[in-house]
This record gives sequence, structure tokens and C-alpha cells, in this order.
Amino acid sequence: MSIRACFHSLASKFLRRDHTADDIREELQEHIALRADDLERSGLTRAEAERRARIEFGPRDRYREECNEQLGGNFLETTWHDIRYGARVLRKSPAFTFVAIVTLALAIGANALVFGVLNALILRPLNVPQADSLYGIEHGINGYESYPNYLDLRDRNRTFDQLAAFTIDEVGLDAGKDPMRAWTYEVTGNYFDALGIQPYLGRVIHASDEHGTDSAPYIVLSHAFWHSHFHDDPSVVGRTVQLNRHPFTIVGITPPEFQGTLLFFTPDMFVPIVDHRLLSGEGDLDVRRKDSVFEVLGHLKPGVTTAQAVSDLTSIGAFLLATYPKDVPNIPFKVVRPALYGNFIGAGVLAFVSGLLVLAALILLASCANLGSLFAARAADRAREVALRLALGSSRARILRQLMTEAMLISIAGGAVGLLASIALLRQLSVWQPFPRFPLRIPVSPDSKVYFVALLLALVSGILFGIVPVRQVFLTSPYEVVKAGSTGVIGRRLTARDILLVVQIAICAVLVTSSMVAVRGLVRSLHSSFGFQPDHALIVDVQLGMAGYTSDSISTTQRRLIDLIETVPGVESVAITDLPPLNMDGHVSDVFTDATTDLRPANSAATSYVFNVSPKYFEAAGTTLQSGRGFTWHDDQDAPRVAVVNRRLANRLFGSGTNPVGKVFKLRDGTRAQVVGVVEDGKYLNLTEDQKPALFLPLRQSPASPTWMIVRSNRDPQHMADAIRNTMHEMDQGLPVFIVTWNRQLEGVLFPMRMATVSLGILGLMGAMLSITGIFGMAAYSVSQRLRELGIRVALGARREAVLQAALGRAVRLLAIGSLAGLVLGILATRVLASIVYQALPRDPLVLAGAIVAMALLGLIATWFPARRALHVEPMMLLRED
Amino acid sequence: MNDQAQLLPGTLDLLILRAVSLGPLHGYGILLRIGQISGNALLIEQGALYPGLFRLVRQGLLKASWGTSENNRRAKFYELTAAGRKRLRQETDNWNRLANAISAALTARPEEV
Repeated sequence: MSIRACFHSLASKFLRRDHTADDIREELQEHIALRADDLERSGLTRAEAERRARIEFGPRDRYREECNEQLGGNFLETTWHDIRYGARVLRKSPAFTFVAIVTLALAIGANALVFGVLNALILRPLNVPQADSLYGIEHGINGYESYPNYLDLRDRNRTFDQLAAFTIDEVGLDAGKDPMRAWTYEVTGNYFDALGIQPYLGRVIHASDEHGTDSAPYIVLSHAFWHSHFHDDPSVVGRTVQLNRHPFTIVGITPPEFQGTLLFFTPDMFVPIVDHRLLSGEGDLDVRRKDSVFEVLGHLKPGVTTAQAVSDLTSIGAFLLATYPKDVPNIPFKVVRPALYGNFIGAGVLAFVSGLLVLAALILLASCANLGSLFAARAADRAREVALRLALGSSRARILRQLMTEAMLISIAGGAVGLLASIALLRQLSVWQPFPRFPLRIPVSPDSKVYFVALLLALVSGILFGIVPVRQVFLTSPYEVVKAGSTGVIGRRLTARDILLVVQIAICAVLVTSSMVAVRGLVRSLHSSFGFQPDHALIVDVQLGMAGYTSDSISTTQRRLIDLIETVPGVESVAITDLPPLNMDGHVSDVFTDATTDLRPANSAATSYVFNVSPKYFEAAGTTLQSGRGFTWHDDQDAPRVAVVNRRLANRLFGSGTNPVGKVFKLRDGTRAQVVGVVEDGKYLNLTEDQKPALFLPLRQSPASPTWMIVRSNRDPQHMADAIRNTMHEMDQGLPVFIVTWNRQLEGVLFPMRMATVSLGILGLMGAMLSITGIFGMAAYSVSQRLRELGIRVALGARREAVLQAALGRAVRLLAIGSLAGLVLGILATRVLASIVYQALPRDPLVLAGAIVAMALLGLIATWFPARRALHVEPMMLLRED
Repeated sequence: MNDQAQLLPGTLDLLILRAVSLGPLHGYGILLRIGQISGNALLIEQGALYPGLFRLVRQGLLKASWGTSENNRRAKFYELTAAGRKRLRQETDNWNRLANAISAALTARPEEV
């Protein structure tokens, strides 16, 4: 038995298909043969006898099918027939099939992609045991908390199993050869035990390791870092390495699936937070007003609701407020999902992804409308075929089933292509690192949920566009169609197809408008005033702490660095700040009017960003000094305290209209400071913030160890960077120095907006493509339907305009209606967009004009070829046909 | 041809059962038998027989098996099952009652009313 025959018999055993089918066929054949035998005996020739026998038998295929139906359980066979027939039909019109599959692949791909992101970032919990009961504590707008407050929360709460905390820090690691930077979570001793994380090798850190400040010099490496930097060498456990030039012992490795408790920030290692002073050079962990902890988190006790947890935390908050009125702000507690840092990032991501999901769903709807009208047009073209099949005794249900199978074939093919493309994109996105400087990732690898959703969408859309021609088939009267031919009368009334087209164009216009709003917003935000000049400036991140400098020596070293870099040829000005603006971090502090004596947070005049800067900072940063002076090296510990404020803070403290220079206010610790200068307002934490107050203090009066140098120079940045690095290494060979242009440094803060713009842009492009195919399909169809009529008109001497009007007037009218509706909806939608995309004005005239021009252009492109065809009708050719 | 009567709906099954009750037959044989016992007075399209046959088999009233016909062709032979025999009796009674009632109604004279 050949392999093929073998398969055949196997398949028939399983499917019971060929067996019965052959049975029926044979039985009917034998019947005809027997009848022919009889007829032959009565004197006919064999051929004539067989012919008569077949005629007498009636429609054999129909009876065979009815027999099949009587047998029941022939679903598989019929479906298989339908699929084969459908595939054959689709192969015969490759252009249609291709357009349909590509349209659907784009739409389903977009949906799978967006859902994949949603799934990974929001639906999927952190990779820790019992992630369902894990909550982070949010105090005010984010999770920052002071370490002493954390200790009180940990010891006084009754609703959490164990409360752990961590903060993020960057350290210099020296494991024997080339020192490098590594990102750490500084964790409380109970962090791993609270999360239930078991070590992969060695041990993790426990609460019993903590014995006060700097008491636990231990490191737990992440699996990924161990793999990439220690090549899976198990002997590193127990080895002593240098962190910021202090000895630390590697005690263990975390399991590969545990990547910290922030989805997009994977640490290289974990170190105890009690070593904070060694690691950051700042000995202020025990200061109650200093928010040293990034996030506090823990599992709720079994049966405890989030509301109970919040009221528990609130009562502890009230106690802290009463006990330490000067240090504890009166802001509410919340419990949040820790994966995306609660609402601080999570809310934005959720809003953005949901917005995208809506747009992607619109794309899918538009493409269903598109395919629906294409299918309806095809069904109309196939009216003759349908009529013939009806006349030959096929049931309407059977024909619909056949059309549905074709729709399903296309939807599944489109869905598969779209899913494959989106999987590839998601994989790319997962390994993509938008910022080389930070371990920021978007972990969105697809899982079975994504596959399921894509399949479901494919099937649903197949049904959606498959049912469009149903009514048409039900209304088909075989006799009319066969008699009149398929050129039929074009209805003047509104058909389902027209409505679909209008809906589709409206959706596409919404997409085009939204993407234009987004792009405009990005362009405008790039040109808005930051309050500094990022062009022609370098940011030099000098990690004095990593090089082992302590707070005492840092101050003098900073002065030396400035003096040193000023000598580098090409440097126009240089200054130091403890944090450049728009650097994804912000230090805030309360300030008070001079008259305030009770310095509790509730009495503050403003909560202001604070920057500790060296002399010439405003010059180097390109910040305009509106009145007064900047700092000099004489503003030191022995001189009176001075400050520079931005316009906003000046107005808050002293009211607008007065000259603030020379006036006095109080800092958070009660120190009186005199305003010596006022600078322009700017952006400090992110571009979408409302105008915030900002305060600049001289570095000599309020020392800070983070050292960011701003170097302004008109020369080639790469060349300048090398010169600066070399000069610094002449001073200290082991000093970690990182230099980028300020514009490059700003990419981090622009990232969410870029992402939004790119995604909206792509969706807009897809919308535009869909509207082209939709209008083109409609216009081409209406021209081909009326070709004969147009031919007669041309033959009778109709003018070109009249022909065009007849051929495409309807398409153009529908296009206009759809675009207008879409434009109005788009303007409404941009109100939502305005919350995501910075400076998205809903009624931007340029956007409106742009959207109108875009839709008109799209319409022109899409109707161009049908119009040409209508104009070049050859009357004689047409009349000869048919 | 014109003197042949159209079959009433539902009566084909009864005719098949009756034809087969006289002995196992293949499909063509059933047609011939029906023609023979009805005096060729009924119009049946030949193919229409088969869906009926399959229906009766599925209902368990007939059973089918492959065999050889009188002129040496392979053919599927049908015979009555016990259930089929019972059904034939019921349907025959039903039919007789119906036919009597209809013909009584049609032959009723004015004086009998």
C-alpha cells in the first residue's frame, strides 16, 4: 500500500467521510446502470440508454447531498468541500484576496500588538508568588517615603503580612577588572522574605543581616547580570568585590524569573538599604523629612481588603502627623499595584494603552466595513452564479454557508499574518532599550492570551464582514437575475454598502485627525521654552561617590573640577548642579514666607523644585536672568544665605508686580534666605507639567554630592567630550565620567511623547490606507457596474464632467459626508488626546485644514483610476460585449 | 404520463416500507416494485427515492447491506427491521382510516347529511 493510500484509509477511518460518500455515489451510479440495462433491453443503444437513465434519475448531486444530510454527521465533509471551493474561488481573484488579507492583517496585527502591550504591562502580574495580594503604598502622588516613616509603617500596621521597601541607586562596581556602573535596588532586610523569593544560588538578604548603618556589606546579584558579567560562574558566591570602593561580599543569585518589583526597571543587583551611606555617599537615611525610600510594598494579610489597609495606613499617618508635625506632610495614603509604580506611571500607561486600544478597535471596525462592502460588491457581481446555483436546486443556507466560509478563510489568513507580524514586533519591543543609560525595558513578550485574542478578533471580524451580503443573497430571485443579467439597476436609495463606506471613512478621518494632532503636539513641545538652552551644551555626569569621595571632599573637588574644565579649549562656560532639569527626577521642598513662624507643611507658601547650583549655572544652562544677579564663589558658608527664584515662585512668595530682589523668605528648615535674582520660568520634571515654582541655592551654602556638570561650547560635541574626559582622568584616573549632549539626555523625558506620536502616526497612516482602499473599491465598483450606461452616454456625446458626475458623484458625496463626520468626531476625540499628548489643541486650525486636505487628497488618489476608466470608456467595445 | 398522480407528501416512506415488506430489494428494485403494485399510477422521480431510503435507515426502520443484483451488478439491498414492520402496520391503519374518511366525505350525498 502506498503511503498516500495509507493516509487515505486512515483519514477515512477517522472522518468516516470518504467511505459514506463513496457509498452513496456508488449506490446512485448502480441505480442508473440498472435502469440503463432495462432501457437497453427495450431496444435503445447503450449510450442512449445511459443518457435517458440519467435524465430520469433527476439532479444527482442534489440527491447525493440530501442523502448525506440524512446521514447526519457530514459537517466535516461539507466544510471541507466549502473550504476547497472557497480557496479555489479566492485563487481566481488574487488581487481581491491579497487586498482583503493585507487589510485584515494590518488591522488584526495592530490590535494584537496593542493588546500584547496591555496584557504585558497591565494585565499580567509581577513574577512573584501570590502577586494578587501584593500592593505598594502610595503617599501623595507617588510611592516616595522617608526611611523612618517606613519603619513606623512597618511596625505599626496590622493589615500587611510584612512591609518591605526599596530604593533605586547606581553604584560603581569593581570586580577586579574594568570598573563599571551597575543599577541596584537598595532593599530592606525583609524584602526577599516578604516577597517569598528563594535564592537561585547562595542565599538572599534577611532581616537578621541588618545591624544599623553600614552593617551589612552583602550583594545579591540578579540572574541576568550574573549571566552577562560573571558568565554563570558559581564561584562568585562568597567573593568580595568593591562597590564605590568599599568591600562588599556577593552572597547569592536571585532566580532568573525574578527581575525586581518594577516591571520596566530591572536591577543588576540587590544591596541592603542600611548601607545607603556607603552606596550613595549621603548619610541622611535616618532623616524623617528626606524621602529616601522609592516604594514601600508588601502582601496584604489574608482576608484584608484594600479599603481596610488604607484606613489602617491613614491612622498611622495621623499618628505620624501628630508626633512629627514639622517633618510629615498631611497627604493621603493609597494602596496600588506596584508593577508600574502605582498611579504615578501606571495611570498614564493605562490611559495611553486604552486610548490606543480604542483606536486599534476603530481600525478593525473600519477594515471590517471595508471588507464588508467589498464582499457585498463581490456578491452582487456573483449574482448570476448565485442565481444559477439556486435554480439548480441549491438551498440558500448552503450558499450562505459557502460565502461565510470564504469570509472565514480570509479572516483566518489575515489574522494569522497579522498575529505573526505583531509577535515579531512585540519580541523586538521586548529587547529594545530606549535609553542606553538606564535598564529600562518594555517586557511585552506575547503569550497565549494574545494568540487567543487575535484568533477571536479574526473570527468575529470574519463573521462581521461575512454577514454583510446575506440579505442580498436572500433577496436574489434566480429567474430575474438570469433573465436580466447582472448589470441590473443601480438603486438610487441608500444601501448598506453606502452606510458602511461612510462609517469607514468617518473612522479613518478620526484616525487621520488624531495622528495630526499628535504630531503637531510633538512639534510644538519640541519648540516650547524649557527655561534653558539644550543646544550646544554637554551634560557631564561625574560620579564622585562611586570613586570613593565622601561628602567632606566632594565640595572642594567640585570647585577643582570647574576650574579644570574651564581651561579646556573651546569651553565657553561650565557649572555644576546637583540635578539638571528634565532629568526624570526632581527634588521638592516647601518654602515659607518670612512672616510664617509655624513651619508645618500645611502653612507653606509653595512646594518648589530645588536645585543646588554652582556660580555661572544660569550662563551655562542658558537660563535668562530677568533681574538681580547669579551666584558667585563668595556665596559660601560665611556669607548670608541667598537664593535665586523663578518668576512663578517670586509671584507665589511676594505677589506679582513687586520686585522680589532683596526680599527674604524661609526655607523648610527655617533658614532665612535673601532673593538675589529672578530667572525665567521653565520645565523641571516633565514637559506636560503645569508651570511649577523653582528655587536655586548656591552649592557652597547647601552642598550636594550628585555632580552634574553643564558645559557650554560651540565646538564639535564628540571632540569636546573626549577633551573633557581626558582632562578629568588627569586629575583622577578612576573617576567614572559619562558625557552626552544635553539634547540626547532629554530624549528620556521626550520618550513617552515620542511613543505616543509614533503610535498615533502609524494608526493614522493605517487609517489613510484603509480609506484609500475603501473609496477605491467603492468607486471602481460603481464605475464597473455602470460601464455600459457610461458607454452609452459617451456615445451620445456626453461631456466629460457629466460622465464623471454620473460615474463618481455618489462616491464623492459619500466621501464628503464621511470625512465631515470623522472630522467632527476627531475634534471631540482630541480632547481625550490632549491629556496624553502635550499641547494637543483640539481646535488647532492647522490640524483642521491638514485633515481636510489629507482626506481630499486621499479621495483624489482613490478615485483617480476609476475616473480614468470612466473617461476612457470605448462605447463600441462595451456594446459589443455581453 | 398525464394520468399518473402526484405523490402526497409523506406517502413515499409508506410506499417504500410496503415495497420492501414483500422481500429484500435494491433501490431500483423498490421503484419497479412500487410501479408494479400501484399499477404504474404514481409519478416518482427516481433520485428522490434515495434521501427517503437513507432517512428510513437512520430511523432504524430499514437495514441495508451490499449484495449482487440479478444482472450481476453490485447493489445495496434493503430489508425491513422489526421496528419497520411495526411502523408499516401503524401507517397502513392510519392511511386506511384517512382514506376512508376522505372518500366517505367526498361521496356523501345531500340526503345523508
